[in-house]
Amino acid sequence: MSPAAVATHAERTATTSLERSPFEPRALKNLLLTAGVWLAALLAAVPLVSVLYMLVVRGGARLSTSLFVELPPAGFEMGGGFGNAIVGTLVMVGLGGLISIPVGVLAAVFLAELGPESRLSQVTRFATKTLTGMPSILTGVFAYAVVVLTTGTYSAPAGGVALAVLMLPTVVLTAESAIRVVPKITRDAAYGMGCTRSQVIWKVLLPTAMPGILTGVMLAVARAAGETAPLLFTALFSSFWLFDGGVPRLWQPTASLAVLIYNFAGMPFENQIELAWAASLVLVIMVLIINVLSRWIGQRRG
Amino acid sequence: MGTTTQTRPGTNGHGAGGETPSVVIDCKLDHVYYGGFLAVRDSHVQVERGKITGFIGPSGCGKSTVLRSLNRMNDLIRGFRFEGHVRFHGQDVYDRSVDPVAVRRYIGMVFQQPNPFSMSIFDNVAFGLKLNRFKGNVSERVEKALKQAALWDEVKDKLKNSGLSLSGGQQQRLCIARAVATEPSVLLMDEPCSALDPIATRRVEELMLQLKKDYTIAIVTHNMQQAQRVADITAFFSVDISKGSRTGYLVEAGPTKQVFESPQEQLTKEYVSGQFS
Repeated sequence: MSPAAVATHAERTATTSLERSPFEPRALKNLLLTAGVWLAALLAAVPLVSVLYMLVVRGGARLSTSLFVELPPAGFEMGGGFGNAIVGTLVMVGLGGLISIPVGVLAAVFLAELGPESRLSQVTRFATKTLTGMPSILTGVFAYAVVVLTTGTYSAPAGGVALAVLMLPTVVLTAESAIRVVPKITRDAAYGMGCTRSQVIWKVLLPTAMPGILTGVMLAVARAAGETAPLLFTALFSSFWLFDGGVPRLWQPTASLAVLIYNFAGMPFENQIELAWAASLVLVIMVLIINVLSRWIGQRRG
Repeated sequence: MGTTTQTRPGTNGHGAGGETPSVVIDCKLDHVYYGGFLAVRDSHVQVERGKITGFIGPSGCGKSTVLRSLNRMNDLIRGFRFEGHVRFHGQDVYDRSVDPVAVRRYIGMVFQQPNPFSMSIFDNVAFGLKLNRFKGNVSERVEKALKQAALWDEVKDKLKNSGLSLSGGQQQRLCIARAVATEPSVLLMDEPCSALDPIATRRVEELMLQLKKDYTIAIVTHNMQQAQRVADITAFFSVDISKGSRTGYLVEAGPTKQVFESPQEQLTKEYVSGQFS
């Protein structure tokens, strides 16, 4: 078609073909790219699916209620479970959350709302971003120096502090961006109604940002639950219950699922290796439950 | 603040000088800056009780800046400072002793974009009441506010639904209900209809004429017909680009009929006759 003379309607209709021509270069390129994208997505799913498969097959074989109520077996003992490790993980992740969530969310309020451009914010933001990429074993070393050396014992609180340091940057950064994306018109509405700054934060910004904050918190919790390195130097391991007749005995070495897996997987005993698989499966299921719960809460609020 | 500058000739068409009892807000902005940028100069406007005051003018003329300075919403913008005064019933709202939060409780605001909170319709309207620890019957007041905003019949069966589930026009009326629930004395409206379709616009305009009985209203609009339909008093702002910057200023203010039919200033005449916009 020459640019000078536009074809008449009849001419155009006559030359139009609506049928597919798969070998036309554009169609071919499209096909190849589509296939490539499918393949990449498939490859990305392979590691996760195979890990899950192995967990379910090998861990599932050993799954029973006794795992949850019994203590870890010694060397050549048969049976046993890891009830104390589940309790230890829950307590230490709980302690970590108890420290990191309030501190992290309030710090995020400062970064996003009170002094976004202040010197303190710039320093804090830089520090948290650096901390995100820090090897997790360093948080363990930090908590060892700060808690274990000062209290003189490996303990659940020391593990909690290590996990809190690990969780903090994730909580701060996700909460900050969640608060930042609350639209300006919403803030204007709140100020225009005669809210004080703290009322704007508590009554409007935080509720509106809640789904985003929760997502960050849950990501942090899920990561903390699976970390071994921070606990090796802080909580160590224990073959006994954390609670003795309902009374917590916090200031003693404490078991966790992650460290149990780490310890037992390297042992030359079939029983322990099986338990490590089962513990892995239980840990993954716990993390999965946390994720599903957080999504459910997030949707209900939003 | 507080410095005096000479009022240029012709910048004010009405009521300059002494405040009459009917003046609710007396706003004299000699210079308004955002950082180093002079946004508005030499503008003296008065908002009278029980009337609708319309601010019109081309974009960038500072009409929104003037409106937002009335209840100190500009405090939230970094670098904002001004010379002049804003008096609410004779009291300087920018005085050191004045709490900007209290100012906003007496001078409510409706924005360009409908901005209900992501909570239920009921909670949106009750929001201001809760802020002020309202002791009376909250649901009664919510119902009254929704009726004043001509929204009650449409939402009375779904007060628990999210405010965001409403249509744009309904959302804007919800914002009006939210603003009037605390019974402020003045209602500022910053282009309240510019995000709405013509039918919703008409409803909001009818609503303004209704609300005039109980509230003093100041409205910014870039729609001259809207100003003619609703405003009792019109203030025309223009933008001065002579010094390489864009500075808004008040050209003329007066009864709407006068501003549109026998303007005192050549610039006003050109604007209201549609020669520029």
